[in-house]
Amino acid sequence: MQVTKWMAAGVAALMSVSALAADPLKIGFVYVGPVSDGGWTYEHNVGRLAVEEAYGDKVETTFVESVSEGPDSERVITQLAQSHDMVFTTSFGFMNPTVKVAKRFPNVKFEHATGFKRADNVATYGSRFYEGRAVIGTVAGEMTKTNIIGYIASFPIPEVVRGINAAYLAAKQVNPDVKMKIVWVNTWFDPGKEGDAAKALIDQGADVLMQHTDSGAPMQIAEQQGIYAFGQASDMKTFGPNAQLTGIIDDWAPYYVQQVGKALDGTWSNTDTWGGFNTGMVALAPFGDAVPAELQARALEIRDNIANGNLHPFTGPINKQDGSPWLADGEVADDGTLLGMNFYVEGIDGSLPQ
Amino acid sequence: MIVLEPWETRRAWLDWASPLIAIALTLVGGGLMFWVLGQSPLEALRIFFIQPLTSVYGVSELLLKATPLILIGIGLSLGFRAGVWNIGAEGQLVMGGVTAGAVALALYEVESIWVIPAMMLAGIAGGMLWGAIPALLKTRFNTNEILSSLMLTYVAGLFLSLMVHGPLKDPDGYNFPESRLFHDAALMPTLFEQGRAHIGFVMALIIAPVAAFLLSRHVLGFQLRVQGVAPNAARFAGFSSKRLVWLSFLLGGALAGLAGMMEVSGSVGQLVPIISPGYGFTAIIVAFLGRLNPLGVVPAGLLMALSYMGGEAAQIELGLPNAVTGVFQGMLLFFLLSTAVISDYRIRWRARV
Amino acid sequence: MMDLGFLIPALQSIIIASTPLVFTALGEVVTERAGVLNLGVEGMMIMGAVVGFACVIAGFSPFTAFVFAALAGLGMALLFGIMTLLLYANAVATGLALTLFGLGLSALVGSQFVGLSAGAFPKVSIPVLSDLPVVGPLLFGHDALVYVSLALVVALIWFFKHTRAGLIVRAVGDDHDAAHAIGYNVIAIRMGAVLFGGAMAGLGGAYLSVVQTPLFIENMTAGRGWIALALVVFASWRPGRVLLGAYLFGGISIIQLHVQGFGIAIPSQILSMLPYLATIVVLTVISARAAQQGAPRSLGKTFKVTR
Repeated sequence: MQVTKWMAAGVAALMSVSALAADPLKIGFVYVGPVSDGGWTYEHNVGRLAVEEAYGDKVETTFVESVSEGPDSERVITQLAQSHDMVFTTSFGFMNPTVKVAKRFPNVKFEHATGFKRADNVATYGSRFYEGRAVIGTVAGEMTKTNIIGYIASFPIPEVVRGINAAYLAAKQVNPDVKMKIVWVNTWFDPGKEGDAAKALIDQGADVLMQHTDSGAPMQIAEQQGIYAFGQASDMKTFGPNAQLTGIIDDWAPYYVQQVGKALDGTWSNTDTWGGFNTGMVALAPFGDAVPAELQARALEIRDNIANGNLHPFTGPINKQDGSPWLADGEVADDGTLLGMNFYVEGIDGSLPQ
Repeated sequence: MIVLEPWETRRAWLDWASPLIAIALTLVGGGLMFWVLGQSPLEALRIFFIQPLTSVYGVSELLLKATPLILIGIGLSLGFRAGVWNIGAEGQLVMGGVTAGAVALALYEVESIWVIPAMMLAGIAGGMLWGAIPALLKTRFNTNEILSSLMLTYVAGLFLSLMVHGPLKDPDGYNFPESRLFHDAALMPTLFEQGRAHIGFVMALIIAPVAAFLLSRHVLGFQLRVQGVAPNAARFAGFSSKRLVWLSFLLGGALAGLAGMMEVSGSVGQLVPIISPGYGFTAIIVAFLGRLNPLGVVPAGLLMALSYMGGEAAQIELGLPNAVTGVFQGMLLFFLLSTAVISDYRIRWRARV
Repeated sequence: MMDLGFLIPALQSIIIASTPLVFTALGEVVTERAGVLNLGVEGMMIMGAVVGFACVIAGFSPFTAFVFAALAGLGMALLFGIMTLLLYANAVATGLALTLFGLGLSALVGSQFVGLSAGAFPKVSIPVLSDLPVVGPLLFGHDALVYVSLALVVALIWFFKHTRAGLIVRAVGDDHDAAHAIGYNVIAIRMGAVLFGGAMAGLGGAYLSVVQTPLFIENMTAGRGWIALALVVFASWRPGRVLLGAYLFGGISIIQLHVQGFGIAIPSQILSMLPYLATIVVLTVISARAAQQGAPRSLGKTFKVTR
């Protein structure tokens, strides 16, 4: 009994090894933007290249870029599933199409970024970018002289709202007088509009900018006007060599390499990964020269404390914008609330559509 | 010098030959481009034009993608014939999608065969309503419809965003900007086992000849055509140009709204922030490629849909960037549009006078 | 508490945000005044943007970059002109195809510019004058291209009103058969107008990628070509009103950002609708009063040489 089991396992292992040698694991990536966007999609593509680098001819990767989140996505995902063993869909809007297609292709492994629906062959992953926001919020709170931080936001989705709240709370902690001005541009990507928003915020007194949009335009404006800003998604130092204090980098490579590795050795399962500093999915860009050494050290300490679990960016007491209590003293936000966050914390002006 | 002279009698075979010449030129020009990009020209062209058609799934998806293009193209071709410039079909599509989606969500638990017709009516109403604004401004205040219809497209997109972030948001969706998934009763019945092609394509095939009949045989179609070719004559004949503006916008809006309903019900199955990859604009090309003839719009819509799917296939199979699709589509259209000249004109060499 | 110190920089931002629209729309005014409707503006603009940025990255002077950007737009327009004026291809469809083509080609060429940034474009500071309070920064503190765009407005007003060439262009746009009968070469004049429109769209695009935000990313024009087309209609094909329309549109776009910055509780989607709605409302008010809209009477009609 035992022997036959072992033998079967050995044969299976042999077969999978020979299958590997003959047939590379084919992996497809669906991107929402162009690879050349320099931000969100660019970083996912860096992750794809890391997979190729790590596994060489054991894998073969394909990507389809600029896939609209509307009617086209289901077809693209299906077409990839027909000829691939594993498919990464890298935008929230691909969630329902991914789950739908996965039902029809039970032997294909799917990985969907930033969603919450899983199935036997659908894993989800996302990054706790808000951890990075807490660090840059601290830096911003210390660096601002006008006590006004400008925030260029894209769409009022939980991900973005979470970032605003985390940054504000961290800045407020080190600088009780700090104000945050928020401008929604209703686009992920329009350098002209993002630049205009940056100027509007600077004109209203902001001397540190944060952005949750993809282009380097706000960083350029910050550089031109001699103020500070933080990179988004990629290191944006080329856009603002003096302006960039640090930045939040999306590093998908470790996760992609790990998951593809699991698919290769047969240990893949439909996990839910929401990784932060601890997994390397969120990283900081090198500090700019303007950040004093003492502040750099403090920022890194916050990062390390978040990474090892000693510090949670959303720790009570925290009230909601309308003054109603959200977290009691010492209470830590649960992931469910964070995932669906659609309210500002106390002290932020403006309103979100409900 | 080379001169173009109108044929004294039209050569019918040239109507067929000119697209064939265009395709031949595209094969040569496109092949050259792929060769420059380091691809085998024949293989690349096969993947662009043939590959999407080699499976039931591919054909089904082609029909799905062509459906909104054909529907909107029909509506636009009627209006363009009358010289009414509705550039905002995209916005009318979006509003039709929003109203139809709102009905689907309101009737969420209702399992009735009337849900789909109700959604269609709502979509048509939404599209007509959005088309009525430029028509009203044009007839009442003489506001140019190119500007108003185009600007309203952006407004419609933002309105959809407001709706899916707000009232129509999925209550259990962690506040992500999406509605609930529609109930099965609110999904368009499909044509095949595979793919998402739905009865909307059949409806488009029925609407096309009806519209063609309206245009060529009915008095309204006659008025539309006269208005476009000779507005002064139309005035003398006592046609109400205001009525024709209304007619063009309401028909165009209705068909765009219906297309929007079909996108949310047939292609997506819920309301999302983006329900159209620019169908309303692409349909303008489709209308003219079909020579503003509702029957011509059908093959034109299929061809445009194929060119998009070919672009996806080229990315998957050949690793070509998405940008190549745009260049290739542009080339295909340039050849199609400029070779049309030979069916209308004879090209002659004449000594300078 | 609103501090009004932001007003002057805000007005400066409005001028910068509007300048690409001014260039592009002025070019299209000339094209349409000659009777040709070119919907390929977005494609010509983005080609100007990519070529302008490429020149700056390659180390050419800004002046050279703008010349080449204008040539890139002109090249696209030439393609359009050959097809529509010589081969009688349908102008609306050809224009849209030109947009698809331009967006694709620019993305193909521009993919190598990921993450590259060009330096800030120099401003022309007129000594003494630009130091004046309020009027200084507002009137004398811009980059050279802003002044060029303003000069172009004046030049075009003068061109259409007071020059023989301007009258001929208008005649060709209003009644091409009559113009032809008098002996003007309708095709050549229209080709000239189309090429001018392309060059200006190229400049408008380059203003985006060289001055406003010195970077290039595919599709960075983000629909500005369409707005420029709408502004031509808004302006009733008059250069002076193009300036008004562009500054109105740009102005409201910027002001709504400022309103958000003040933390006013209106959903941002509604605020973002304002520039579009305001343009419609203002045009409606203007056209309800004016009896005539001033559209060139032969606009969009193909001229065919018969003899």
